[in-house]
Amino acid sequence: MLSDLFSASVIIGILVSGIRLATPYLYAAIGETFGQRSGMLNLGVDGIMLMGAFSGFYVVFLTGNYWLGLLAAIIVGGIMGLVTAFINVTLQAQQGISGIGVFLFGLGMSDLLFQKLVNDVETVSGFPNAPIPLLSNIPVIGEIFFNQNVLVYGAYLLVPLAWFILNKTTLGLKINSVGENPAAADTLGVSVTGIRYLTVTVGGILAGIAGASLSIALLGVFQQNLTNGMGFIAIALVYFGGWRPLGVLAGSLIFSMVNSLQIWVQVIGIPIPSDVAVMLPYILTILVLILSAGRFRQPSALTKPYERAG
Amino acid sequence: MHERLDTLIDVLLPPIAAIVGALLVGAIMLVLLGANPIAGYVALFQGAFGSTNSIADTAVKATPLLLVGIGICISFRGGVINIGGEGQMILGALAATALGLAMPTAPGWLIITLALLIGFAAGGLWGGIPGYLKARYNVNEILSTIMMNAIAVQLMNLLLRGPMIDTTQKGAARIPQTSRLADAFDLPRLIPTRLHLGTLLAIILAFVVYFFLWRTTVGYRIRAVGLNPHASRYSGINVSRNIVLSLLLSGAFAGLAGAVQVYGVNHFMITDGTAAGFTGSAGFNGIVAALFGLLHPIGTIPASFFLGALLVGANKLQRVTQVPGALLTALNGLVVIFVVSSEIWRRRRARARAIKKVELESTQQEAPVPGAAD
Repeated sequence: MLSDLFSASVIIGILVSGIRLATPYLYAAIGETFGQRSGMLNLGVDGIMLMGAFSGFYVVFLTGNYWLGLLAAIIVGGIMGLVTAFINVTLQAQQGISGIGVFLFGLGMSDLLFQKLVNDVETVSGFPNAPIPLLSNIPVIGEIFFNQNVLVYGAYLLVPLAWFILNKTTLGLKINSVGENPAAADTLGVSVTGIRYLTVTVGGILAGIAGASLSIALLGVFQQNLTNGMGFIAIALVYFGGWRPLGVLAGSLIFSMVNSLQIWVQVIGIPIPSDVAVMLPYILTILVLILSAGRFRQPSALTKPYERAG
Repeated sequence: MHERLDTLIDVLLPPIAAIVGALLVGAIMLVLLGANPIAGYVALFQGAFGSTNSIADTAVKATPLLLVGIGICISFRGGVINIGGEGQMILGALAATALGLAMPTAPGWLIITLALLIGFAAGGLWGGIPGYLKARYNVNEILSTIMMNAIAVQLMNLLLRGPMIDTTQKGAARIPQTSRLADAFDLPRLIPTRLHLGTLLAIILAFVVYFFLWRTTVGYRIRAVGLNPHASRYSGINVSRNIVLSLLLSGAFAGLAGAVQVYGVNHFMITDGTAAGFTGSAGFNGIVAALFGLLHPIGTIPASFFLGALLVGANKLQRVTQVPGALLTALNGLVVIFVVSSEIWRRRRARARAIKKVELESTQQEAPVPGAAD
């Protein structure tokens, strides 16, 4: 049985689904990275993902147009990000707690709307696989990397883009300065409030896309608590990745590959109780949090609201 | 006198405003969903308080919220955020159930006592692990408690599918559930309703924890670390140990909530694969109760009963208005948001008062002393 796991087709299967499973984590965690680099912990990601997942699903359910669905998820995610920014930046709420409120709101609201508006097991056909010409014909690699849907490609393009913005642009410099020393940034004329509104709203939009990537690309369904805590995992991946997009990518891949392996172990029928297998990624995350703790310094102003002195 | 009134407004206005705000938003949502909000809220109220049975149900629903909430008061006062209530409840329930299943013929009072203690201990263990990881390795407790929730769910599924499954079930596809605990182990009923001893126990424990936090040295240290870890360290308090202790105790009360839920309400365990299937999200809603109760164990009592009423009333709301009970989960979220958002208002008021006081004192000092010019 165990030898089955090492056959080429299974390994490719694990890699294909691992790459795909990482998509929602990547969107959500990269979005969270922007926020945290500017000093804002958004703990409500899971709630925003659920709202994004539902609105994307519902629009596709109504119109059959998955691009419109994606747009709906972006708008809803953006609005929830904006509201989160208002709560945490303007009203200076304690971020570790307000996020639980946003999460509960999203959990309840998405369930409420689903029951009221759909209330049935409905599947929609979301983003189809879009093989990239030529590249997808490469044996093995083509199947793994270049025969996925558009949202998967987007997630992986987002990583270098985020790296570039955070490390190579003036905007990135401003985001970092606001996250490290808001008072100094303020003195230099950087709008602390403006930057934080921007990063948290962008984080909301990306969380919305993360939800949509689940409901209208990966699965094609919506149900109560569809994300099942993925947003919280995404936050853990930001810590895990040391607040760097490439670290987040590594973390998301490791987490998803273990998850994918776990699914394939069950498909093949290797006698490990499925519950133990499902547990593994979470235990792994805790272990990595232990190992990575202290290796990276978190943004100095993380979770600290800023108010001008005087 | 004036100052005391000011403080009272500071303390009571935010939660009241939060409730009013959440209910207003709820009313708007009801209108948008095509329901009459007044009829909806009347149904909610009737569902929660309309009869002796519904009042008892409200109290029963409030019980796990109160127990989890008491624990949340300890951890938040100690400066650590415990989001692991769901997992800690599950662990407490599993341990307590395993005990009852293992000794079906033992005397009821003995097993009930031991089960509550073992539930307390198991929840404490599940909360203590993130506490240790934070104290020793500086692992963010928000993240580790969330991971521990996910692990606890799988542990529950594993045990209920395997070693703890009810083997008397017929047929090939067995439901992942335990057999019913011996009748002798049911928590005593208080009046001929579903109300059980656990509710009374939770209320008593709220007072005990209040006493613990504000009247004992250990409790004082926990709060000191929560208020200012650096100052506490300089004054010789072992900060790490207090971090572990507050998360451990916080988890222990959630574990007790799980044990009480099994022995007082369900009398067996079953899993639908999710945490909420057992907890009814009490691990999260307990946080809402504690916040709404101003992180004070005694304040958490009315807060839990209020939230319990919303949960019980939600069924009737759904029947009358066809609006799903999930509305209440969304409203709970809004309560949290409104309560934490109103903190700024309290801080501003406190600061304005302080400035006024300083100004008052300085004008008094600068006032010319009568007769000094002569």
